Amino acid sequence: MLIIAKHLKKSYRMGKVKIEAVRDVSIEIHKNAFVSIMGPSGSGKSTLMHIIGCLDKPDSGEYFLNEKDVSKIHDDELAEIRNKFIGFVFQTFNLIPRMNALSNVEMPLVYRGEKTKYRKEKAISALEKVGLGHRIYHNPNELSGGERQRVAIARALVTDPAIIIADEPTGNLDSKTGAEILSLFDKLHKNGKTIIMITHQREVAEIASKIIHIKDGNITDREIIKEM
Amino acid sequence: MDFLEGIKSAIFYLRSNKLRSFLTTLGIIIGVMTVITVVSLIEGLNLKVKNMFSTLGTNVIYVSKFPFIQTSSKNYRKYIKRKPLTVEDAIAISKHCPDVSFVSPVINSSSDVKYKGKRIELVHVSGVNQNYQDIIGQYVDEGRNYTEGEVDRRRFVCVIGKTIAKTFFPAGNALGRRIDIRGYKFKVIGVLEGRGNLLGNDMDNIVNIPYTTMQKIIGRRRHLMIVVSAEDKELAMDEMRGVLRVRRKTPEKAEDDFSFGTQDMLLNFYKKFTGAAFLVMIGIASLALLTGGVGIMNIMYVTVTERTREIGIRMAIGAKKRDILWQFLIETITISVIGGFVGILAGIGLGKMISIVSHLPFAVALWSVLTAFIVSAGLGIVFGILPARKAANLNPVEALRYE
Repeated sequence: MLIIAKHLKKSYRMGKVKIEAVRDVSIEIHKNAFVSIMGPSGSGKSTLMHIIGCLDKPDSGEYFLNEKDVSKIHDDELAEIRNKFIGFVFQTFNLIPRMNALSNVEMPLVYRGEKTKYRKEKAISALEKVGLGHRIYHNPNELSGGERQRVAIARALVTDPAIIIADEPTGNLDSKTGAEILSLFDKLHKNGKTIIMITHQREVAEIASKIIHIKDGNITDREIIKEM
Repeated sequence: MDFLEGIKSAIFYLRSNKLRSFLTTLGIIIGVMTVITVVSLIEGLNLKVKNMFSTLGTNVIYVSKFPFIQTSSKNYRKYIKRKPLTVEDAIAISKHCPDVSFVSPVINSSSDVKYKGKRIELVHVSGVNQNYQDIIGQYVDEGRNYTEGEVDRRRFVCVIGKTIAKTFFPAGNALGRRIDIRGYKFKVIGVLEGRGNLLGNDMDNIVNIPYTTMQKIIGRRRHLMIVVSAEDKELAMDEMRGVLRVRRKTPEKAEDDFSFGTQDMLLNFYKKFTGAAFLVMIGIASLALLTGGVGIMNIMYVTVTERTREIGIRMAIGAKKRDILWQFLIETITISVIGGFVGILAGIGLGKMISIVSHLPFAVALWSVLTAFIVSAGLGIVFGILPARKAANLNPVEALRYE
């Protein structure tokens, strides 16, 4: 199993109110899975994603990533795990403005301490994989929404991570471009990537093989879309 | 993330926000510029003054009834009332002070000197004896010096400086000519070796004549100094003090009613004076740099806030706390070092301009340039660390949500 999470709990404070975002969630995700986590806004799916993506630690529960317990490790080690095992794709693309596509894609390799030449080769190859080999020197503001999301996907791919976590990756795109991005994820999955996608839209979630429904911080249903 | 990467990224952000970068570094630019300008001017002065003092001679002691260095006119009446030094004092010193090598009375005057319709104004004319050249270490390089006999017999002979020789006798045939000083004809018997220009003073615009002749044409009441040379100046001064106090009947408990002057005293005085100027300048520069540093810190806080989202992104893709810390610290250091560099150039330029306009000497001191560099890098570290820590301690989830 790539991911084993047991009884995850996470709450945070909004002013005086304590919000129990994740109440008691256990998940197992195997290698080369394509899983959607679906739920309405405020259901705790984003918090769950943050924990699975090692951006945040659970208050309690255990989380094994690649057989390593990462629920209680130091922030810096967590950063290293994000760098090695996880690639993020966000709803708002989250590219660094004023840096061209190539530099954005190279960034994870910079934090891995790779040499300039190697970084450039890897970044160009990742950009080619998402069909942007011709726009590597464009800044984000010179690219369309779909192209920006492709750059973000290339950035997530460049380290060859075990898991790609996509948080509402089509949320800011029109339906046609959204469909293109989804088919790109599908292609990546078919090439062996493990993908976890967070969304509130059923038609988006259905691209995955499995949908985990979450509501009020609890898993309410596990739905198999297609057999592996 | 390595250092070079940090500098690259820093320069990238500086260039993408040129006006703000310039305004941010302005404080440091002005601070460093001030330091470099003032230090260069003082350094130029130092070089000149050191030269001047070395022409005074390391082994020379002046004796006068006036203090060698007068910082105010407060006690002037007291000094005026002191008994004048006499030629007999000089003779007594040469007889009774074994550690004094050479002695000469000195009577100075500024006079116009003329030769066949040509005229040089305000020439430094000194009445000295035949030993003066050995004391000062400035010898005749054409012709000869006057002799003890010529001094005793109050001859109207003179040795002249290079400037006088060149002006009056461009063809180089000075020896044997008679020049006019205060209406008296003096025969040129020697031309002194050149000393050059010092702080705008022509050191070769001089004439030496026997002090006896000087007394004859100018009167005996003129202020007289004694100048001596000695290997061991402290010992020589002790001996002279003894001789002079006895001769001048100075009461036992009273302070000396005469003063010694040496190159060291001038140098010490000068050092004290410029030391104070240095302190004032360092104070002003520190204030300017502090202001510059606070300005940089302020802008870096703004930058960190503006780039919260970016920090979140960087953390999400694997930046550790120390990566973020370094990124912003290096950025601050780069800003302040660039500011320092611009300040150094501006300071050298400004100093050069002041020196051209005011004819002050000017010399860029390497140590001041290095210090300016190190100080501006230091400022970057000191004032960059807080904003950088703020950035590094951001929570990735919150940073990513930041709008």
